[in-house]
Amino acid sequence: MQVPAPFEYERATSVDHAIGLLERLGNTSRLIAGGHSLLPMMKLRLVNLEYLIDINDLHDELGYVRLARGEIRVGAMTRHRELLESDPLAEAFPIFRDAERVIADPVVRNRGTLGGSLCQADPSEDLSAVCTTLDASCVIRGSAGDRVVTMAEFYRGPYETAIEDNEMLIEIRIPVRAGGSSAYEKVERRAGDWAVVSCGAALWMDGDLISDARVGLAAVGPNTTGIPAISDALRGKAPSEELFEQAGAIAGENCSPQNDMRGSADYKRHLANELTRRALRRAVARIGGQAR
Amino acid sequence: MSMQVSMTVNGEQVTEEIEGRTLLVHFLRDQLRLTGTHWGCDTSNCGTCVVWMDGEPVKSCTVLAAMAGGREVRTVEDLEQDGVLDPIQQGFMECHGVQCGFCTPGMMMTARALLDRNPDPTDREIREAISGQICRCTGYATIVRSVQWAAAAEAAFEGRS
Ligand SMILES: Cc1cc2nc3c(=O)[nH]c(=O)nc-3n(C[C@H](O)[C@H](O)[C@H](O)COP(=O)(O)OP(=O)(O)OC[C@H]3O[C@@H](n4cnc5c(N)ncnc54)[C@H](O)[C@@H]3O)c2cc1C
Ligand code: FES
Ligand code: FES
Repeated sequence: MQVPAPFEYERATSVDHAIGLLERLGNTSRLIAGGHSLLPMMKLRLVNLEYLIDINDLHDELGYVRLARGEIRVGAMTRHRELLESDPLAEAFPIFRDAERVIADPVVRNRGTLGGSLCQADPSEDLSAVCTTLDASCVIRGSAGDRVVTMAEFYRGPYETAIEDNEMLIEIRIPVRAGGSSAYEKVERRAGDWAVVSCGAALWMDGDLISDARVGLAAVGPNTTGIPAISDALRGKAPSEELFEQAGAIAGENCSPQNDMRGSADYKRHLANELTRRALRRAVARIGGQAR
Repeated sequence: MSMQVSMTVNGEQVTEEIEGRTLLVHFLRDQLRLTGTHWGCDTSNCGTCVVWMDGEPVKSCTVLAAMAGGREVRTVEDLEQDGVLDPIQQGFMECHGVQCGFCTPGMMMTARALLDRNPDPTDREIREAISGQICRCTGYATIVRSVQWAAAAEAAFEGRS
């Protein structure tokens, strides 16, 4: 039987209350959102703590998808199922629905949250790849107020983020730009499993030419990685199979996968290459309105 | 580090002493003696421990009993009402959705939630709904048929077909 080591349970009733508790309890404490990454780690005694702060009552405050001027804001307690079912989100960023369809299973998706996914900072986390692809920024709150960091600044390494012991993630902000679309491709060993490799692509067109493009990969490096060399190669060009092939090759070269039970490093490089092509192809088709 | 927790389980208010680390599945089985909910993989993969929390299926091996405090929990014991089986249960009987029965409580709770949201699911939608659950007897085809049986029975009862 797997049971966590003993701890004291606290329940936060508001964001301010949660931050107050973090401030007081410091690094002996952890927040628990959906608990679907943290509880398994606690059961395996990979994480030990003295105080666990339950933030599920903050869902009213932090569970939302809001359209703001020039951006979409998503609260940290928004659950996978809510992300999957949000039409405004799918309209602006089809990549979200693509990804949510293949994250875990429907029952796990009833619990897991956007905030928990990003803060877990697992190199295979799908939503991290989505947020990296979309150039999202993270709003982190502490007793001194809010600070906003980019995804690149947010990740410090596997399972490590820029969030300090007395801070929490509040919201993700994603810039909305006209003329673009996005897509997500994932290869998993069985339904609902973590990615062998997955790839997000977002692309914006100006007339017949690509004005900007971003690719984010999961499970092929210490954190989900954005690949600036692909953006450079695509900007100003007309989309074509040759161009996607070139982008795929760059993805394969610019990642650092490892041999593990999910596959060999070579296989994962091959997937990074192939999934980059597929995701770009699908994103471009969506801009043209040819595919959903 | 014991604490008190209160929640509604199958419509009844319960208040119990627990440890902060007590998992909901063990609370239900060992403390409330509601052993209909099964406990399998312990790693949120098999889904035999699925119960409802505030109306949504959750894997109770990956929820703390403390987190269920103040919430409404529903287990497989609550499907039968006043001696009448839920159509889901009848469907599992009619269509042999039960083989060894180990995965059954979780399958039925997920299926009930599916039909409440989507009374006329396709094969695919049923398979998607139970995709986080494992039947080691591999009786998926009969489980899908059982859920369809229940959907048809409810549609007939409500005069939808
Ligand atoms: C069977 C199974 C399959 C899965 N498959 C996939 C998959 O295919 N792809 C995928 O991407 N994920 C997968 N997951 C992970 C799932 O998406 C988790 O729900 C998610 O990683 C964590 O979200 P959570 O809300 O449960 O976080 P929790 O487990 O509650 O927390 C995770 C970490 O984040 C911290 N945290 C949570 N919220 C905040 C906040 N607001 N501010 C600061 N810190 C915070 C916690 O302290 C903890 O350290 C799977 C999980 C399971 C159990
Ligand atoms: S025991 Fe909970 S999912 Fe297997
Ligand atoms: S009936 Fe035996 S595990 Fe499903």
